[in-house]
Amino acid sequence: MTYFARRIGFFVLTLWGAVTLNFLIPRMSAGDPAQAILEQVAAKDGYVDPAQLEAVRAMLGVPDASLWAQYVDYLKNLASGNFGVSYTYFPYTVTDVIGDALPWTIVLLGTTLILSFVIGTLLGAWVAWRRNTGFDAVVTVGSSFLGTLPFFWLALLLIYVFAITLGWLPSSGGYSGAVEPGPSPEFFVDAWQHFLLPAAAIMITGPIGWMLGMRNNMVASLGEDFTRFGRAKGLSARVLAINYGARVAILPNITGFALALGGLVGGTALVEQVFNYPGMGRLLLEAVANKDFPLMQTIFLFSTVGVLVANLAADLLYGVLDPRARRKEAA
Amino acid sequence: MTAATIDRRPASAPASAPTRRRTRALRVPQWFDILWRNKKARFGMVLLALFLLMAALAPWLAPFDPRQSGFPPGLPPSSEHWLGTTGRGYDVASQAIWGARTSLLVGLVAGSISTAIALAIGMTAGYLGGLTDEVLSFLTNLVLVVPTLPLMVVLAAYLPGGGGVWMVVIVIGITGWAGAARNKRAQILTLRNREYIQGARQAGDGIFHIVFREIAPNMTSLIVVGFIAAVGGAIGAEAGLAFIGIGDPETISWGTMLYWANQDGALLTGGFARLVVPGLLLALLTTALTFINFGVDALSNPHLREQ
Repeated sequence: MTYFARRIGFFVLTLWGAVTLNFLIPRMSAGDPAQAILEQVAAKDGYVDPAQLEAVRAMLGVPDASLWAQYVDYLKNLASGNFGVSYTYFPYTVTDVIGDALPWTIVLLGTTLILSFVIGTLLGAWVAWRRNTGFDAVVTVGSSFLGTLPFFWLALLLIYVFAITLGWLPSSGGYSGAVEPGPSPEFFVDAWQHFLLPAAAIMITGPIGWMLGMRNNMVASLGEDFTRFGRAKGLSARVLAINYGARVAILPNITGFALALGGLVGGTALVEQVFNYPGMGRLLLEAVANKDFPLMQTIFLFSTVGVLVANLAADLLYGVLDPRARRKEAA
Repeated sequence: MTAATIDRRPASAPASAPTRRRTRALRVPQWFDILWRNKKARFGMVLLALFLLMAALAPWLAPFDPRQSGFPPGLPPSSEHWLGTTGRGYDVASQAIWGARTSLLVGLVAGSISTAIALAIGMTAGYLGGLTDEVLSFLTNLVLVVPTLPLMVVLAAYLPGGGGVWMVVIVIGITGWAGAARNKRAQILTLRNREYIQGARQAGDGIFHIVFREIAPNMTSLIVVGFIAAVGGAIGAEAGLAFIGIGDPETISWGTMLYWANQDGALLTGGFARLVVPGLLLALLTTALTFINFGVDALSNPHLREQ
C-alpha cells in the first residue's frame, strides 16, 4: 500500500508545483501582462463581468499586492474554476473557449497515444523476437531515422500529397462548414475525414519510442538467466518470447507512457497548428500569437494537469502489474 | 582534465592510481577507434562532419547571400537557383546551406546549457542525498512531467521583444535538462559508495575534487550521450519553435524556412523543394547525432561492442 500512497503523494505535490509554476511564470515577466490584457479588453468596448476582470488579474498579477496575497487569490479563482476572459474570443470566457477545444484534442491525442503504444509495443516485441536478423536491422535503423522527422514537417508533407495533390482528404479544420456539428452520422463521417491526416502525422513517429524501448528491454530480458532456465526446461521459443521476454519488458514501457505523453502533447500542438485543427494545441499557439495571456496560462495549466493525471494512472497501473515495485517501496 | 594529468607525469610513464588509468583509457585514439569501428557511429560522424563543413564553408558554398531578395518568387529548381526561390524571392539553396549554422549553433549552445544544468542538479542531488536530494529530485520530476513545448512557448511569450535566436537558445536550454539530470543522479548513486570514492573521502579530498575528479571521469560516456541527445533535442526544438513563429522569423534557419514555406503557400504553388529540403536536412542532422550515440553507448557498454 505504501507504493500507492507514495505515488498519490507525489501526484499531489507535482500538482501543487505545476499550479505554482503557472502562477510564477507571468509574474517573472518584465512588463505587466495583466494590464496589457485589461486595456485591450477595455478597447473592445463591451460589457465585461467584473469578476472576469478580477480573474484575469488573479491569474496574471496585481501590481501592488503582496505575492502571498496574490497567490491566495489565484488559488481561490482556480478552485472556483474562474480563469478569466479571453481576449481573442472576447466576450467569451477562457472556460468556454477551452470547453470547445478540449474534446477535439482528447479524441486526437487519446486515439493516437493508445494506438502508438499498442503498435509500438507489439512491433518492438516482434523485432526483439527476430533480433540480430536483417529484419531487425532494417526496422531498428529505419525507425531511428524516421523518429527524427519533425511532426510538423510530416504534417506538411501529408497535406501536400493527400490533400492538395491527390485531393483525397481535407487539408484543414476539424469539420467542414457544410455540416452542423452534432451527433449526426453526417457529422461523424465529416469529422472522421478531417481526423485521418492529423492522426497519420502523429502516428508516423508516435510508436517509434515505444518500439525501440520495447525491443531493447526485451532483448535484455531474453538474455536473462530466467529465460535461459526456461529454455533449458524445453519451453518453445514462442512461450519464451511472450511469457519470459515480453511480459517483463513491457513494464518499463508503461512508465514511459506518461513521459512520452508530454512530448506527444507538444507534437500534437504543432500538428494541430498545421492542420488548423480546432484543438487545444492550436488554441495555445493562437493565444501566444495574440498575447492572450489568460487563455495561454489556462491551457498551459490544463495540459500540465492532464499529463500529471496520466502519469499517476501509469504509476498506479505499474504498481498493480509489477509486485517488485510495491515490495521495494515497502522494504 | 587530460592536461592536468599530463602536467603531473609524462604520458609515457605508467599510471598507478586507478583514476589515472581510467582517464588514460579515454584518451583520444582509443575512444575514437571504438567509435570508428562501430558502423552506425562511423556513418553518424561522417554525416556530422559534412554538416559542420557545410556550416563552416557556408559563405563559399552558397551561390547567393541568403538575405539577398529580389529574385523572381517561386522559381522551380534550375542551374542558377539549385532549389528554386522562395515565395519572397530568396534563393532556397543558399538559405538551406546557411541554415546549418543556426541549427548547429542553437544545438550546441542550448545543449551545453541544459547539460550543465543537468550535471549540476543531478550530481548535487545524487552526491549529497538527504533533503537536498528530495528537493532537487522533486524539481527534476516536476520539470520532467510538464509538457515541454507548451512550457517553452509560454516562457517565450513573456520574454521581452519577441526575442531572437538567443532567447530561443535560453528557453530551450532551461527546459530540456530534466531527463538527463535524472540519469546522472541515478549513475552517481551507484558510484558514490565505491571504495575508491570512500578512500578519497577519507584522504580528506574536498567535494569538488571528489565529484569532478573521481566521479565525473567514470560518467564520461553518460555525459557525452546526454550532451549529444540534448544537442539533437535542441535542434528539433528550435525548428519547431521557429515553425510556429516564435523567435525572429527573419533568422535564416531550417525552421524559419518551413515557417515561410507554410506562410506563403508553398503547399499550393508546388514549392516542393523548399518544403522537403529543410525537413530532410533536419532529420539527417538529428540522425547523425543519434547514430553517434549508438557508438558512444558501445564505449561504456562492452556488450554492445560485438556487432
